[in-house]
Amino acid sequence: MQDLMNAFALFSNFVLVPAIAYGSQLALGALGVTLVFGILRFSNFAHGDTMAFGTMITILITWWFQSLGLSLGPLPTALLALPFAIVLCAVFVLLTDRVVYKFYREKKAEPVIYLIASVGVMFVTNGIVRFIIGPDDQNFADGERFIIKAREFKQMTGLSEGISIKVSQGLTVVTMIVVVAALFWFLNKTRTGKSMRAYSDNEDLALLSGISPDKVVAVTWIIAAALATIAGTLYGLDKSFKPFTYFQLLLPIFASAIVGGLGNPLGAIAGAFVIAFSEILVTYAYKRFAGYLLPEDWTSGGLLQLLSTDYKFAVSFIILLLVLLFRPTGIFKGTGV
Amino acid sequence: MSSALKNVLLFSIMAALIVVVGQFQSWNLSLTILNLCLISAIMSLGVNIQWGYAGLFNVGVMGFAAMGGLAAMLISVSPVPEAWQAGGVGVIVGLFILIATVLAAMFSYRKMAKSPVRTLLIVAIGVIGYFILRSVVDPATTAIEKVNPASTGYLGGLGLPIILAWPVGGLFAGAVAWLVGKITLGLRTDYLAIATLGISEIIVAVLKHEDWLTRGVKNVSGLPRPVPYEINLQQSDWFLSLAQRLGADPITFSSIFVKLCYASLFAVVLLIILYLSEKALRSPWGRMMRAIRDNEVSANAMGKDIKARHLQVFVLGSIVVGIAGAMLTTLDGQLTPSSYQPLRFTFLIWVMVIVGGSGNNWGAVLGGFVIWFFWIEAEPIGLWLMDTLTSGMDAESPLRAHLIESAAHMRLMTMGVILLLALRFSPRGLIPEKVSHH
Repeated sequence: MQDLMNAFALFSNFVLVPAIAYGSQLALGALGVTLVFGILRFSNFAHGDTMAFGTMITILITWWFQSLGLSLGPLPTALLALPFAIVLCAVFVLLTDRVVYKFYREKKAEPVIYLIASVGVMFVTNGIVRFIIGPDDQNFADGERFIIKAREFKQMTGLSEGISIKVSQGLTVVTMIVVVAALFWFLNKTRTGKSMRAYSDNEDLALLSGISPDKVVAVTWIIAAALATIAGTLYGLDKSFKPFTYFQLLLPIFASAIVGGLGNPLGAIAGAFVIAFSEILVTYAYKRFAGYLLPEDWTSGGLLQLLSTDYKFAVSFIILLLVLLFRPTGIFKGTGV
Repeated sequence: MSSALKNVLLFSIMAALIVVVGQFQSWNLSLTILNLCLISAIMSLGVNIQWGYAGLFNVGVMGFAAMGGLAAMLISVSPVPEAWQAGGVGVIVGLFILIATVLAAMFSYRKMAKSPVRTLLIVAIGVIGYFILRSVVDPATTAIEKVNPASTGYLGGLGLPIILAWPVGGLFAGAVAWLVGKITLGLRTDYLAIATLGISEIIVAVLKHEDWLTRGVKNVSGLPRPVPYEINLQQSDWFLSLAQRLGADPITFSSIFVKLCYASLFAVVLLIILYLSEKALRSPWGRMMRAIRDNEVSANAMGKDIKARHLQVFVLGSIVVGIAGAMLTTLDGQLTPSSYQPLRFTFLIWVMVIVGGSGNNWGAVLGGFVIWFFWIEAEPIGLWLMDTLTSGMDAESPLRAHLIESAAHMRLMTMGVILLLALRFSPRGLIPEKVSHH
């Protein structure tokens, strides 16, 4: 029984908790991608770098606040900087829409042209981020580091395996729930949200009924920028901030959105957790876990790791291919095939 | 001005730029740029085949170029007999298990009716195959990596002339393209884009981490060359007398001579591919491709198999990119997995195609030359610009230091801006596609 509890604690510490946190971060990212896809009808390749941009602003404001001596006590100062960063990031994203995408919208360009334009925007954003903050790792987490430390957990329960929960992980999950609830309330209950859904379902009909496309598009970008900044900041707090990592997040984020069904917000969240759990389950080394559950002499060989962490991107990719092969509309029916 | 005259003029300006660099910086640099221009032109032809002919958006050019690089290494280096002895059997058995697993999965996919049972069975075959594969291959690769890791620690290659690797590199890239295309073509364009982005990241990850195959980040250097070595030239009589007759310093001249040899090889490949591309574009096949690109619905109604044609053109383009990737690794003389950056290998090529003129082979070639030239020269220009702009500041100022240090990242931004500007204001590129009306 003790072994079973230990195995469960170990599993929670290295798989459940990180996967829930990572899944929440992916969910916020994938929601942004899926919303832009639903309204503007293209896969926004710049989303990863928008996340990096928003996070960079959060970091800069955090540093400024820290130098002023402002802090939130046990919570990271970045939380205080977040609202300002969202506003600035939204301004930046609206600016890119005005300078880049608006032209193609008026021309009714094909989706693939938007795709290429978004690659251009990705470049420029990435360049700006590297230019301002540099390509290196930045650590900006402060305040308390843990909600529960592994040692305290062990003392509390008397187990030999501990569960530690970082503040950033707890914060990620709470923020995700709040943001998602707010987003769904907005999409389902407010007039603007309803007009967005109408626009997403049938553009022509929405226009006929007097919905202003400019407003819908602007609101979409603002929400996407807010989601990107929040997702990026949470990811940065949990791991660390490095521009290239954010570019690489693009693949799991897209995979989440597609697995869930492109254009479907609920699907994006489900997809994100599918991707996050598979990635961590597949790259976790089960040696110690098996040590608790199996007889001693069974577990002599290897780390019992299905796939080396070097290939964690392969996991999202393979899930993506499987979904495209067997169910191209995603788990929940999306708009895009 | 007629369009033919304009094109000749554009290419002449490009040639003049290379000569100017030769005269004012150095001929060595100028020829280095020229060689990479030639390779870039081939890559951009490959992307143009996919995008310009068929409107397919490939965001994984890097991966296909890396497949070419892998081929160059596998064909040219000599095998490591000790490593083969240590784990060769395991790797080959593993390969057969992989093939058997895939065949079994495909067999059940073909033979069974669509049902949850079939999906489960296929997943089960995949999982079981994976475990058997790992249990056979893991000990083998570990054994291989233990064989003299400082200098080998990998299986080595076939020890054949490296020129052979160029077509093989094309085949490698084509095979990957077929797999990706088979799954994603026929769905939205976005899916192809995302899937190619993913496969290219994975290919590069494999190159970086599978030490038994590629030595990973330890690199495989000293690939044999298809052209003579400087040191041998400097010792041969005919070369010394040639240098004397031209009045050149034998050491500088030997390195220029080697670069010229590369340039002629690359130029031959470029001309062959360009000739074939032009032929294809003007053939009934080319007209069909453009018809599909411009109006899928009506092309479909005319009985054209759109998915099959897309797959075909996607594979062809990737083959060309793979050839160029193998050529690049040949020129470098080493396989450096960490050098495969999406910016350099995917997005730069895209800028070349869009700026040059999508749909026009000559445009793609010109784009390859122009963009590579400015990519190389942008660094000194950017540095000089930053230095001039900040010259009013205090020499010790941290802001100035930061700005000058960040000048390198300006390339990223510049390329993005060029892509956006070209896409918006000159979407047809420097040399636009010719639309003939019969």
